[in-house]
Amino acid sequence: MDLEEAREFRERCSQCAAVSWGLTDEGKYYCTSCHNVTERSREVIDTGAIPNTKIQAINRGLKRKRKLEKGWDWYVCEGFQHILYQQAEALQSLGVGPELKNEVLHNFWKRYLQKSKQAYCKNPVYTSRRKTTVLEDNLSHSDWESEPELLSDMSCLSFAESGAESQPDVRTPKPFPIIKASHSETTSVCSGSLDGVEYSLRKEKGVMKMSVPRTLAFCYLSLLWQRETITLSDLLRFVEEEHIPYIHAFQHFPEEMKLYGRDKGIFAIESWPNYEVIFKKIIEVATFLDLPRFPDITENCYLHPNILCMKYLMEVNLPDEMHNVTCLVVKSTGIGEVDFLRFDPIAKKAKTVKYDVQAVAVIVVALKLLFLLDDNLEWSLSNIAKKYNEKNKEDKPWFDFRKWYQVMKKAIDEKKQKWEEARAKFLWKGEKPLYYSAIDRPVVYKRREMVVSLQKQFSTLVDSAPNVEKKKPSSFQFNWTEEDSERPCFHGHSLQGVLQQKGQSLTTKNSLYWLSTQKFCKSHCKHVTTYEESNFSLSYQFILNLFSFLLRIKTSFLHEEVSLIEKRLFKAKYNKTNKKSSRSRKTRKY
Amino acid sequence: MSDFSEELIRPTTEDEQGEPCVRSGSGMCFPWLQKHIESIASGGKQEKDFAQTTSACLNFIQEALLKHQWQRAAEYMHSYLQVLEDTDSNKRQGAPEIVWRLGSEILYYHPKSSVETFNTFADRMKNIGITNYLKISLQHALYLLHHGLLEDANRILTQAETWRYGEKSSSQEVLVNLIQAYKGLLQYYSWYKKKMELSKLDKDDYAYNTASQNMLNHSWKTSINLCTLIQIPGVWDPFVKSYIEMLEFYGDQDGAREVLNNYAYDEKFPSNPNAHVYLYNFLKREKAPREKLISVLKILYQIVPSHKLMLEFHRLLRKSDKEEHHKLGLEVLFGILDFAGCTKNITAWKYLAKYLKQTLMGSHLAWVQEEWNSRKSWWPSFHFSYFWAKSNWKDDKTLACEKALVAGLLLGKGCKYFRYISKQDHQALKKKMKQMKKSVKKYSIVNSGL
Repeated sequence: MDLEEAREFRERCSQCAAVSWGLTDEGKYYCTSCHNVTERSREVIDTGAIPNTKIQAINRGLKRKRKLEKGWDWYVCEGFQHILYQQAEALQSLGVGPELKNEVLHNFWKRYLQKSKQAYCKNPVYTSRRKTTVLEDNLSHSDWESEPELLSDMSCLSFAESGAESQPDVRTPKPFPIIKASHSETTSVCSGSLDGVEYSLRKEKGVMKMSVPRTLAFCYLSLLWQRETITLSDLLRFVEEEHIPYIHAFQHFPEEMKLYGRDKGIFAIESWPNYEVIFKKIIEVATFLDLPRFPDITENCYLHPNILCMKYLMEVNLPDEMHNVTCLVVKSTGIGEVDFLRFDPIAKKAKTVKYDVQAVAVIVVALKLLFLLDDNLEWSLSNIAKKYNEKNKEDKPWFDFRKWYQVMKKAIDEKKQKWEEARAKFLWKGEKPLYYSAIDRPVVYKRREMVVSLQKQFSTLVDSAPNVEKKKPSSFQFNWTEEDSERPCFHGHSLQGVLQQKGQSLTTKNSLYWLSTQKFCKSHCKHVTTYEESNFSLSYQFILNLFSFLLRIKTSFLHEEVSLIEKRLFKAKYNKTNKKSSRSRKTRKY
Repeated sequence: MSDFSEELIRPTTEDEQGEPCVRSGSGMCFPWLQKHIESIASGGKQEKDFAQTTSACLNFIQEALLKHQWQRAAEYMHSYLQVLEDTDSNKRQGAPEIVWRLGSEILYYHPKSSVETFNTFADRMKNIGITNYLKISLQHALYLLHHGLLEDANRILTQAETWRYGEKSSSQEVLVNLIQAYKGLLQYYSWYKKKMELSKLDKDDYAYNTASQNMLNHSWKTSINLCTLIQIPGVWDPFVKSYIEMLEFYGDQDGAREVLNNYAYDEKFPSNPNAHVYLYNFLKREKAPREKLISVLKILYQIVPSHKLMLEFHRLLRKSDKEEHHKLGLEVLFGILDFAGCTKNITAWKYLAKYLKQTLMGSHLAWVQEEWNSRKSWWPSFHFSYFWAKSNWKDDKTLACEKALVAGLLLGKGCKYFRYISKQDHQALKKKMKQMKKSVKKYSIVNSGL
C-alpha cells in the first residue's frame, strides 16, 4: 500500500468524514482513521468523474469481508478500546463525571498506544518491518511527529469513536495501516481480529501487553486522577455485581467484530478481578505510561483516610464518635498527609496507597485501642455498658460491643451466604460462544444451543416469582436505620464507657495494646507477616473477617495493613518491644 | 517458584502421595506453602473463579437435594449447566454425566416435573457426547418402568440396543448386553402374564393353542436377550431367575442346569449366595440326590451361615448316613445361633436341643466340646443371661424351655437361665420340665457333681 499515492483521493470518508486515505494491497482506498474500506479502487477514482453523492452511495456499508467468518477488520487494541469504552460509559452512568471518559481515560489510552508503539508514533509496531521508509516520508504532513501533548485538552478525538458514533475530525491521527489478514485464514491458527495471532505471540521486552484485567487498572487510574468517590474495592465489587462490563465485555462488541481463535485467549476470562492482582497492575500500568504526579488528595477528598473512615464506620454500624479516634490515629501516623497520599508513578520509588484497605485498617487499630480485642476486655466493657444502658434508658446509650457483635455477626453471615449463592449462580458464558478453529465452530455452537435449551427447561421448574431484581449499585453494602429493631443502629451510641476524662483530655480506659506482629521481614520477600488465624483472639478474627469481606480481600492482606499502621503508630515503642514481649503498654491521650 | 519451596515439596510428593499439607517436625503448618503446593499440583495454574463457582454451585445442588428442596435445586441447576461449556476439556467431558444424574434426580421428584419433561431432558442429555448414550437410555427406561410405562420403556431400550457409534468400547458392550437383558426382562414380564392367562384357559379351548404359540415366540426372543448377559461375570439375579423359569417351563432342564451351575460355580463370577440358592431350589425341584443337595448347601453355608436354608441343610445332614455329616449338622446349628437375628428362632433352638441331646447320647462329647469351646466365653451372656431367661419366659414359653435345655446341657444345672426356667411353675409344661431336668442331669457336659 502506498499512502503517497492515496493522497490524490480527496473525498471525505463516509464513516468518519476524515480525508486520510491509504491504499490496501488490493488497490482499494481505506480510511486511516476508522478503517473504513471503500469499494473504489484507484483506477476508478482517477477518472474523477463520479459526483460526490454517488461515491457516498457506493461507499455505504462497504466494510471488507473475510472468508472464515465475515466481519470487520479489527485489531486487538481496538477490542480493548471498546471494552474501556464500555467501562467508561458504565462508570459515567454510576455518576462519574464525563471528563473521566472523554479526557482522562482517553488520554491514558492514547498514551498507552503510543508507548507500546501501536499508534501515535513514528514506527507503529504493525508496519515497522516493511513500511518504515514510506512512513518516514509521510511524516511531514502529520501533526504527530512531535510528542502529542497528552493529558492536556484533547477534545479533538472523542472516546466515543470506538462506539457506534463517529465524529468528523480532520486531525485524526493515522493509527495502524492494515496488514494482510489472509495468512491467518489459511493456517489452523486463526483469530477474528487481524492481529490476534501475532498479538498473542508477541513478547517484546519493556512493552506491557494489554489484557482484560489491565482495563480495570486504566479505569482505576482515571478514577484516581479525577479523585472520584470510587475506591478500588468498590470498583471491583461493581465489576462482580456486573455494573461495570468485564467478564462479558467482549460479548457487547459490535456484531461485525468477530472473535474466535486466539482472540479467545485474549478477551475471554474466567475469573473476577482480585484486589491484590489489580493493585499490582495499576502500578505497572502507571509506570509503563510514565504518568506524571497525580492530583493531591486533600482532606476534602473522598479518598482521604478521615472521610473513608467515616464511611466505613457508618458501613459497619460503629458509633460516629469513633471518628475522633480514627482521626487521631490518622494524625499521629501521618497517613493523612498530602505527601503520603499522593500517587506519583514517576517518583523513584512509586509510593502507592491502598486507600480503602488503609482506612479500614485504621478502624481496626482504633477498635484495638478502645477495646483491646483480647477476648476479654471487650466483653467486660460490654457488661458495664449493658448495665449502664439498663439503668439509664433515657440517656444516649453507651456502645455495647457484645450487642454490636451479635447484630453484625448475623448481618454479615446473611450477606456472605447471599454473596456465595449469587456467585454460585453466576452465568459465565455469554450468548456468543468462542471457538478456536473452524472445525471447532459447529461443535461449540451446538453445545451452546443445548445449554440454552436445558436452561430453559430448568427455569420453568423454578418458582415463577422472579427474584432477579438487580441490585442497584451503591458504595454501601449495609443500611442501618434507627427504626429497625431487628438490626439496631449504633451510630448514635456514645463511647463514654470506654473513654475517661483526664484533666482536659479524654483517654481510653484501656491502657493496654498488643501488636499484630513483632517482626517484619527485612528480606526481599514482601510478606510483612503471615497471618495465622488461630494465633489471634476471636474478636480480632471477627473484625478482620468482617472488613475483609466488605472489601472482598483476603484477611491476611488486611492484617498486613493493620501491622503497617501499628508500625507507624508505635514507631518508638516498636523498636523496643520488638525484642521483648508482644504486649506493649501504651496510654494514648486525646 | 523458588528453589526453596521446591526442596520442600519434593520429599512430600514422593513420600506421602496425595498429602498436600506440609508439616515440619514441630507440627507447624505453613498455609502459604500449602497453597503454593496446591497450585503446583494443579499444573501451576490458579483455579479460576469459574471452576470455583461451579463447584460451589454443585455443593448447593447436593445440599438442596439432600434437603429435598427441589425448587432450589432446579434454580442452581440452571446455573450449573454451564459446566457443559467448561473450557477445561477434562471437566467438560465429565460434566454430562454429573448433569444427567443431578438433573434426573431433580426431575424425578420435582412437583412441576412430568414424564414429558423427563423425556425431553433424557433425550437431550443422550446426545451430549457419545459416552453416555447407553447409560442414560437405560436409566431413562427404568424411570419409565417406574411410572408403569412399559411400552415406552421397551421402545427406549430397543432404540438403545440398535445404537452404534464407531468402535464400541468394552464397557459399552456390557451396557448393550444389560440393555438387551432389561428388554428380555420386559418380555419375560409379558410372557409371565400370558402364562397366567393360559393357566386360566381350558386345554381343549381353541384359544389355548394360539396363546401357547404366542408364548413360545416370546420366550425365544427373551432367551436370546437374556442369555448373553448372564454369561458375563456379574450378579444378574432377576435375569437368571426369569431365564430359568422359562427354560424349565419349556422342559429344557439341561439348559437350566448348565446356566445355574455356571452362575454358581464359575470362578470369574463374584461370590453370590443367591446363585447357590437358585441352584439348590432347582435341584430340589429336580429331586436330585441328597448328596448333591448337601454339596450345594455346603457352599452356601460357607458364604452365609445364617441363611434360612441352613435349617433345611441341618435336616439333610441329620438324615445322612455319614458320620461327618452328623458332625457338620451340629456345627450348622451352632452357626445359625451365632447370629443376633436368629436368637429367637424357635426351630433352631428346638433342633439344637434335640440334636445336642442325641449327640451326647451317641457319646460324641468331643463334637459338642469342640463347638462349645469357642463359644463358652460369650454365649452365656449372649443367650443365657438372666435377662433373656425372664424375657423369653414372658414372650415364648416353648422357646424358653428349649433354650433352658440347651443351657442346662452346656452349662450345667447351675446356670442362671436353667435355674430361672426350672423354678417356674407351669401346669401345661410340667411334664416337659421334668424331662428336661432329667436330661440335664444325665447328659450335661458339665459335671454337676463338682
